[in-house]
Amino acid sequence: MTTVTDTLHIDGEEIPFTPGQTIMDAALMAGQYIPHLCHYPGLPPRGNCRLCVVEANNRSVAACTTPATPGLQIRSDTPELNEIRKAITQMLFVEGNHICPSCEKTGNCKLQAMAYHLGMLDDHFPQFYQRREIDASHPEILLDRSRCILCDLCVRASRDIDQKNVFAIAGRGTDARLIVNSPNGKLADTPIAITDLAARICPVGAILIKEQGYQVPIGQRIYDQNTIRETGLMETIAKKSDDEV
Amino acid sequence: MMNRPSSFAHEHLLHRLYRIQQQCRHIPPQAMQQVAIDYQLPLSQVAAVVEFYAFFSTHPRGRFDLLFSNCTSCGYLADGENLLQILCQQLQVIPGKTRADGLVSIGEASCIGTCDHGPSMLVNGFPVIGLNAVKLAQVAQLVANEIPLPQWPAAWLEISDTVYRRDLLLSERLIPGSALQHALRSGASETLMIIQRSGLRGRGGAGFDTGKKWQLCREAAGETRYVVCNADEGEPGTFKDRLLLHEQAGAMLEGMTLCARIIGAQQGFVYLRGEYRYLLPHLQAELEHRRKLNLLGVNILGQIGFDFDIDIVIGAGAYICGEESALIESLEGKPGIPRIRPPFPVTHGYLAQPTVVNNIETFIAAAQIAMHGADWFKTSGTSTSSGSKLLSISGDCEKPGIYEYPFGVTIRQVLGDCGAADAQAVQIGGPAGTLLGATEFERTIAFDDVSTGGSVLIFGQSRDLFAIHRNFAHFFAHESCGFCAPCRIGTQLLKNSLDTIAANRGSVHALEELQQLGKIVKHQSHCGLGHTAANHVLDGLRQFPQAFSDRLQPQFTARFDLDQALADARQVAHRDDAAAHLDQKR
Ligand SMILES: Cc1cc2nc3c(=O)[nH]c(=O)nc-3n(C[C@H](O)[C@H](O)[C@H](O)COP(=O)(O)O)c2cc1C
Ligand code: SF4
Ligand code: SF4
Repeated sequence: MTTVTDTLHIDGEEIPFTPGQTIMDAALMAGQYIPHLCHYPGLPPRGNCRLCVVEANNRSVAACTTPATPGLQIRSDTPELNEIRKAITQMLFVEGNHICPSCEKTGNCKLQAMAYHLGMLDDHFPQFYQRREIDASHPEILLDRSRCILCDLCVRASRDIDQKNVFAIAGRGTDARLIVNSPNGKLADTPIAITDLAARICPVGAILIKEQGYQVPIGQRIYDQNTIRETGLMETIAKKSDDEV
Repeated sequence: MMNRPSSFAHEHLLHRLYRIQQQCRHIPPQAMQQVAIDYQLPLSQVAAVVEFYAFFSTHPRGRFDLLFSNCTSCGYLADGENLLQILCQQLQVIPGKTRADGLVSIGEASCIGTCDHGPSMLVNGFPVIGLNAVKLAQVAQLVANEIPLPQWPAAWLEISDTVYRRDLLLSERLIPGSALQHALRSGASETLMIIQRSGLRGRGGAGFDTGKKWQLCREAAGETRYVVCNADEGEPGTFKDRLLLHEQAGAMLEGMTLCARIIGAQQGFVYLRGEYRYLLPHLQAELEHRRKLNLLGVNILGQIGFDFDIDIVIGAGAYICGEESALIESLEGKPGIPRIRPPFPVTHGYLAQPTVVNNIETFIAAAQIAMHGADWFKTSGTSTSSGSKLLSISGDCEKPGIYEYPFGVTIRQVLGDCGAADAQAVQIGGPAGTLLGATEFERTIAFDDVSTGGSVLIFGQSRDLFAIHRNFAHFFAHESCGFCAPCRIGTQLLKNSLDTIAANRGSVHALEELQQLGKIVKHQSHCGLGHTAANHVLDGLRQFPQAFSDRLQPQFTARFDLDQALADARQVAHRDDAAAHLDQKR
């Protein structure tokens, strides 16, 4: 690693960074959690969920895509910003069809954990009730678009880490949807495997490994043990078959 | 030319898809697979492109595919009647569905840039203007008899321009090559200095310093450089670029060539909105003419090593592709999703090379400045907004058309000149711009006051402003690219909320809600579309709150219609008898 040359401030705390890092990189490395769903260390940032909104010199920016610059004064953990993050989380909930109590992912789900973290008690916005397609064609992997939040993590993981390019996002506006890169558009027709990062990086219950849903009982799952803040700081650089995922 | 990406292997990806759409009335799966093979692209990228652009479809459209504009000025509701519904009834079509015999489909398109000609539609991609109920009866006949579009009444297809006021730009006619000759004599650095001294700022809306942009691009490291002319003109209510393409295409191409000389580019693109495809033959003839005059090609005007040429790339129905980084994505054969910035196009643009993107009007102004000098330009306008601005004026006024004013003109004067002295409100800069009521008519058109790309929509006293807001909310929800959560979901929530209020189901908390939501969309979105999508609501709530509050219900009202909500269940149960309906007193 190159030597630390510069610093910026997040919520008054001085944080070192190396040139080329984003605000998010610098914050996570220094043990400062900034809420995020579409970011994962080691994958190129996209900045689509906007939960990592911070105020830099009085402007709202996404921490995951904004380069760290010397002397930057950043506000992150403020009541106003956390209210905004909560509203965006509520938006993600009403856009999809989320059924937490009966969802396999419950307790392991970042969206659900984020809702807890931000003190979200209801959906607030009216539900969209969109009809979204399920793909159960693959023997070991299920794709349920009802729970997809279009974070693009599986797209990047498959393209950049697994080198298989199995997923893409198509469509515009609320018609945007995850598509599968095969002639019939089905997962069974792709080389995806359960050891792929793309099969396991989904922060929600949209891509699920079949027949594993209840191996860990409810009550002993990831976010039963730790908050999303704690796990967010423990995540290591993404690579294929990363046990941390 | 060097460095063509795979999307140019044979022809641009969008052009290939357009041809398939024309031939098959949609883009079938096998065709997508063939395109993926030919262009060496992942099939998912081809599918993503097809799904992104409004003029491509995955299900067959009619042999006559009619898309009514839904703009407040050239839309199907603009004259008080629902023209779309009328034609659907006459031709027995359900909106958005192709008729069973495959003859005709009827749908909607965002503003098609014919706001000075009243209600209009695209027929197989070509504009048909000045519609009314009487004409629609004829349209229904023409379609029923399968009369090809070129044989329809010529007056419906001819798009004329009415210019009511000419100033700096429109009163000049550039002799082809004259600005370039000037620039070659002065040298690239000196010409750039002149552009910088003129104070020219971008005419597409954002108003970035043009000389600065060219300088940044010239200084950026890269293997090659590109010049891109933004002819996407997607903002509802704008049609001034259409006039410039008709009247001043040569000056536009000259401005691009000038830019190429200054920054050192060999390849340029005109990104033309799909709605203006009818201009293609005219633009191609203009390009050919300039090649013959050695104003394009190799060793331009005999200058060894001055090589530059221009291709035209035609979009396919996506407002977001006017945003410069989305435009570049589209040029590269991808969905028009705005990039993360920085890096900006001036350093990492088309194929990651330094790229200048400017509006048509900006390139024409630059060519004129190179010809006449910085002082000539600065005699017009204000100290921070030099020169003139073309306005496209439409809506409730006597003389809709093009007006060119020096910057600094008051809104009141503009309204007076076009015969709209009793306007209730005016939307400057289109749905993404600023809504102004009568108390603000003394304000001026200038970058540091009311800034605009050129759209001026006028609303007379009898207009229902709430309906305007609803129209704009539908526009943004339809045009949001879907990349970021606050805009993708927020624009949809704004739309749904206004629809709920329109259905007399809005609660007294709705205004507060709209305000909160509007702020999130405005401040948390990724790009300029989201940043501006809620402006009209926020402006409206501030200036015309009664347009919203008059429709709210004082008592508790369910947000949805309970009986309507059971429609799905009735369909599944194959029942529609009285007992399958809730007895509701509304
Ligand atoms: C949603 C959106 C749509 C835009 N549409 C256009 C357009 O149709 N034409 C245009 O010239 N600029 C448009 N712009 C502005 C461009 O991003 C860019 O600023 C402009 O092309 C730069 O040229 P200029 O400096 O000459 O104005 C749009 C911006 C946004 C955010
Ligand atoms: S994906 Fe997460 S938020 Fe959605 S239903 Fe499952 S547990 Fe709940
Ligand atoms: S603000 Fe809207 S248009 Fe812009 S990137 Fe986000 S979703 Fe796309």
